[in-house]
Amino acid sequence: MKNANVIIPCYAADTSGVCSALYELGGMTVVHDASGCNSTYSTHDEPRWYDIDSMIFISALTEIDAIMGNDEKLISDAVSAAADLHPEFIAICGSPMPMMTGVDFDAIAEEVEQRTGIRTFGLHTNGTRSYIEGASEAFLAVTREYVRECPKREGIGVNIIGATPLDLPWNTTIGSIKKWLTDCGFEYVSCLAMDGTLDEIKQAASAKVNLVVSYAGMAAAKHMLDEFGINYVCGIPFGEGFGRQLAENIREAAAAEAGCVSPYGVSFDEPDCTADTVIIGESISAKSLAQAIKLDMGIAASVICPLPTDDMLLSDKDLCLYAEEDIRAALERIKPKQVIADPLYRYIIPNESRHIELPHFAFSGRCFQKDMKDLINKDIKELFE
Amino acid sequence: MHKEYERPPGVKISQADINELHPTGLEYNAPARGMWNIVHQGMLIPEAHQIFVCAQGCLRGVILTAAEMLELDRLSWVSVSEEDMFDGSLETDIVDGVTDILNRLGKRPPVVLLFLSCVHLFAGVDYENILRELSGSFPDITFIDCYMTPTMRTTVTPIVKMSAQMYRPLNVTKKDPKAINIIGCDRPTDPDSELVRIIKGSGHTLRDISECNTYGEFQRMAEASLNIGYIPTCGLALEELEEKHGTPSLYLPMSFDYDTISENYSRLCGELGIDTPDFSEDIAAAEKALDDARSEVGDIAVAVDFTAVTRPLELMKLLSEHGFNVKYAVVDSVGEEAAAFEWLRDNRPDIELYSSTNVNMLYQHIRATEPVLAIGQKAAYYFATDHFVNIIMNGGLYGFSGITKLCGMIAEAYREPTDKRRLISHKGFGCASCLTN
Repeated sequence: MKNANVIIPCYAADTSGVCSALYELGGMTVVHDASGCNSTYSTHDEPRWYDIDSMIFISALTEIDAIMGNDEKLISDAVSAAADLHPEFIAICGSPMPMMTGVDFDAIAEEVEQRTGIRTFGLHTNGTRSYIEGASEAFLAVTREYVRECPKREGIGVNIIGATPLDLPWNTTIGSIKKWLTDCGFEYVSCLAMDGTLDEIKQAASAKVNLVVSYAGMAAAKHMLDEFGINYVCGIPFGEGFGRQLAENIREAAAAEAGCVSPYGVSFDEPDCTADTVIIGESISAKSLAQAIKLDMGIAASVICPLPTDDMLLSDKDLCLYAEEDIRAALERIKPKQVIADPLYRYIIPNESRHIELPHFAFSGRCFQKDMKDLINKDIKELFE
Repeated sequence: MHKEYERPPGVKISQADINELHPTGLEYNAPARGMWNIVHQGMLIPEAHQIFVCAQGCLRGVILTAAEMLELDRLSWVSVSEEDMFDGSLETDIVDGVTDILNRLGKRPPVVLLFLSCVHLFAGVDYENILRELSGSFPDITFIDCYMTPTMRTTVTPIVKMSAQMYRPLNVTKKDPKAINIIGCDRPTDPDSELVRIIKGSGHTLRDISECNTYGEFQRMAEASLNIGYIPTCGLALEELEEKHGTPSLYLPMSFDYDTISENYSRLCGELGIDTPDFSEDIAAAEKALDDARSEVGDIAVAVDFTAVTRPLELMKLLSEHGFNVKYAVVDSVGEEAAAFEWLRDNRPDIELYSSTNVNMLYQHIRATEPVLAIGQKAAYYFATDHFVNIIMNGGLYGFSGITKLCGMIAEAYREPTDKRRLISHKGFGCASCLTN
């Protein structure tokens, strides 16, 4: 059966992931699309739109240009905009119609780069995948383009990898993680890329550890392990106990040979068989929260991940489910005492389960933005109040 | 003006090409969200259920439109994957997905608006056959083909097409000679307007989809003996209603030109077989309101945008004639307003016309430092002012009384700053919103 949903939303798409990842880096991102991608992204997927100007544009694709394969219009329009706006780089990505017509984004990027002299890269979105995949490709592209070998810092330098407001509340999270890093005795180096800068990212290889805060950062972290020998640790320091555990994992990763830490730096504990709490969300975020409530409150939780992830991040008790009906059926089978999930999951959570609402911007957009919670290094019990 | 740019965001009207005001190019999206989209339009049909079949990126915007307007239970979706487009399953996926959704819906809707997207049209799906199959499986439901096809931006736009499709569920029925519809509007027309007063005063029943509370009430719109439209996007709807129901139509464009308004009323009264009333009092009231507003706002620069009113250039002409310091417009095309354009070009050559989407508008809100009184959300954003008239698509205003009321809103906007960020963030002006409720 197709992915047919009666009521709950879909997650943000790959084009939004690209735009969100690159938003603050001073580049120009062009989505080859007629109209909807930019209004959807700027309205529902981008909380920074009103406060921070960013060169995110659409190509304004028309039916005649799509049918006739008029790539020159996109190229010349991008070149013209770059001449007026002087971006640090140019990223060009696609939506469903360019996928249908087989647009070659790498070739277009090369042409734009030749004409502008500005580094340009094509990203291979098509509007049918999740934001995780788009952001992942964008983060990897930035890492490949701008991170170069440089001397290591004396202390334990840490990069934050994979941060976008689609997963982490904007305005508070990165500041909280930076403070936590400092409190733990680490040195913040860069953030890829919410609240980050391109100049910081260029120094990312001076770090000893990458802290991967969403699965969108995994590809970039693996690249930096391969290229610069930087071990990575997955997790968000939710709560107090998990914050301590994550800090210890970072210390171990800093001391270990490159690639000699456990596959994902931290092995999330297996939930015990009596888990009566289910967390629905992005894998690293959900697993971090599960670990946090276990360590701080003694509550065992399993995870339902409706987004792309790596099996090695999940345990046998966790589920990867994407369709509304599959998630509903799983919850009815598990009969959890409580479900921690975005408020818009309310429609499919069993009546007998308590729904602890944890807004996720990539799911409900602006609807519950004012209720988003910064749980970094905080008393996790607040979530249950 | 803006010589530093290869493709300038604005042009003085004296130098503007009436056929292409601004160069085309990449497009920016300003954070002014009041304009309606096809989801808002579809929600006007009482008890209708919308089902969108498209890629995740396209679904996202429509689903969250419904979520924000607290109508998530009236919209479902089927996602289209990359593989679907090449494995020959596009059509069966639609039928299977919609069938699954309808079988799982708690309540059977009387009408389903089935939206396909650009990729379906490009792939040449057999939409008629899809509707035939679904109608066979669900004979108690009326299925309406709808289109989320933004790629068709230079032919029939999605808004124009949706404005017509909304009335497709109306069944042909016996005409009521005393029933009249207003077609194509997203909100009721001001009951104080001369238009509504003439219709109701002549003993006619006036219906508008935005005032129908049940599907049964909506169906009674089929009884009309006259359909009236006054916004530019209603033309296709009027044509199709005339073709299907044989209902004559009148296009009486919302205007700020006294002669056009008077002519509209003469045509209406002629169609109704009544004498045209004397509007001298209404005109005098509009003139007084214009003079009062002008006295109050003084010489502050005025900016108008095309989302506020459907004839922004006519409004600028009217305000200029009454001494307002009209300096800026956010308009992308001239449309029906060639006469007003030419008057402004000849009489107010320094007026600056700005594109709503040019990439160099990105920093316009920072460049704008002069105090401005704006009419419309985009003008308010781009000219960085909290003193603005917050209306979309005429706000239900019409005729001389519309001018009078708009002048009151202009004066109020001058007196009292608004919470611009909150107001322009509200998606779909006039709709419920989880952001503000």
